[in-house]
Amino acid sequence: MSDFLSLFQTYNVPAAFLVNLELTFWSLIFSAILGIILVLMRISPISSLRHVASWYVELFKNMPLTIIMVFMVLGAFAQLKLKFSDNFDTNFFWLAVVGLSLYTAAFVCEALRSGINTVPLGQAEAARALGLNFMQSATLIIMPQAIRGSVAPLGNTLIALLKNTTVAAAASVATETSSLMSEMIEFRPDVIIQIFLIFAFGYVILIIPIGILTTFLSNKLAVRR
Amino acid sequence: MTDNTTQTRAQDGDDRYLVELEHVEKHFGNLHVLRDINLKVKKGEVLVIVGPSGSGKSTMCRTINRLETIDSGVIRIDGQPLPEEGKGLARLRAEVGMVFQSFNLFANKTILDNVTLAPIKVRHMDKTQAEREAMDLLARVGVDSQANKMPSQLSGGQQQRVAIARALAMHPKVMLFDEPTSALDPEMVNEVLDVMVSLAADGMTMLCVTHEMGFARKAADKIIFMADGQILERGTPDEFFEHPQTERAKDFLSKILTH
Repeated sequence: MSDFLSLFQTYNVPAAFLVNLELTFWSLIFSAILGIILVLMRISPISSLRHVASWYVELFKNMPLTIIMVFMVLGAFAQLKLKFSDNFDTNFFWLAVVGLSLYTAAFVCEALRSGINTVPLGQAEAARALGLNFMQSATLIIMPQAIRGSVAPLGNTLIALLKNTTVAAAASVATETSSLMSEMIEFRPDVIIQIFLIFAFGYVILIIPIGILTTFLSNKLAVRR
Repeated sequence: MTDNTTQTRAQDGDDRYLVELEHVEKHFGNLHVLRDINLKVKKGEVLVIVGPSGSGKSTMCRTINRLETIDSGVIRIDGQPLPEEGKGLARLRAEVGMVFQSFNLFANKTILDNVTLAPIKVRHMDKTQAEREAMDLLARVGVDSQANKMPSQLSGGQQQRVAIARALAMHPKVMLFDEPTSALDPEMVNEVLDVMVSLAADGMTMLCVTHEMGFARKAADKIIFMADGQILERGTPDEFFEHPQTERAKDFLSKILTH
């Protein structure tokens, strides 16, 4: 037990979890924005936009996240000189956010599209028949119902995102949980099981409320038809 | 030139044609759904389109505000050819009211917001004025007491009357009804038909696709009978119901009127 407590004294576990939460927060915002833009492109009347969006989604949905994250460091940063800050940690943090956002946006788009499929086509026709243009019917009628109808898949995307932030280690974010875990295992091989349990339960504790919240919201926000 | 013709038509006053279809053709894949459709509707006229299922009546109705595109031919609303997609089309759609079989009220908006949305967003009407007009319209169709409810809380008949009010809120030149009573419970059909009859009496130009023969007799100025994508007969209700010319129409009438 004292071994266990000494782990917390030597290593700042909550700080590492905080880094993952920060990664999640910023990636959530950017992937939500990009995901909404993508799904609007996918349902837009302009076919070239539809094609671009569907290619984007197919590409990022089917690409391993680790490869995207490694690309952000070795490709985007080292080769293409994409740089957010002179501070190493800050720079890699934002490179990881970009990689996570690009990847997650594909899933946000798919989640929203499943929500759009719950909105009866007739409502879009009625909006058009009244003279509303595409953006008006999308923002006033279709998207508000689509978002409410896709709370559950969006919640699952958020859960996946939070867990995926551990892949930020591949983008050289050295302060987050999986990096810290590797470090702890390296220096304290005597308590490996405890170390695993700390991180495993840390995530479970963070994620269970998200699941409960999305189930609650999904019922509460459901559009009655 | 277009402006010129529009003007002369406008000067003709009540005799001008609000809806014109000339040589309209449409295919769904191999299916020839509209064959050489020619139709003119005068201002204030009530046209009822009847015919068996799959005859193309709904499709024709939907081509008039371009919810369905056509392969060839011309459609004019108040003298102006139907524009391609874009602002011009949106403007024209705003002048053609449409009522659907499945009501299609916006499920995320209250009854009042359903009616005021397009006047505010498309016509840029002031909100208080839009709400005042909406309440008048809702009172006219008898659902003003439900104004703050959501569509799902209303019966089908009430929802369809709201849908009519929503279309009327745009002050349309023409109203299109695409089987407005087909999805309703039998006891709710009349409340919707009553609203339509009173609209017709008020001089609204209307195109109604319907299976309600009682309504057709009572309210129609002209009946169009369609089968297999063609217009087979056109005439007054008396002519059509009492003296149908084609075998197809006689057969159709014998099937629906014996019950």
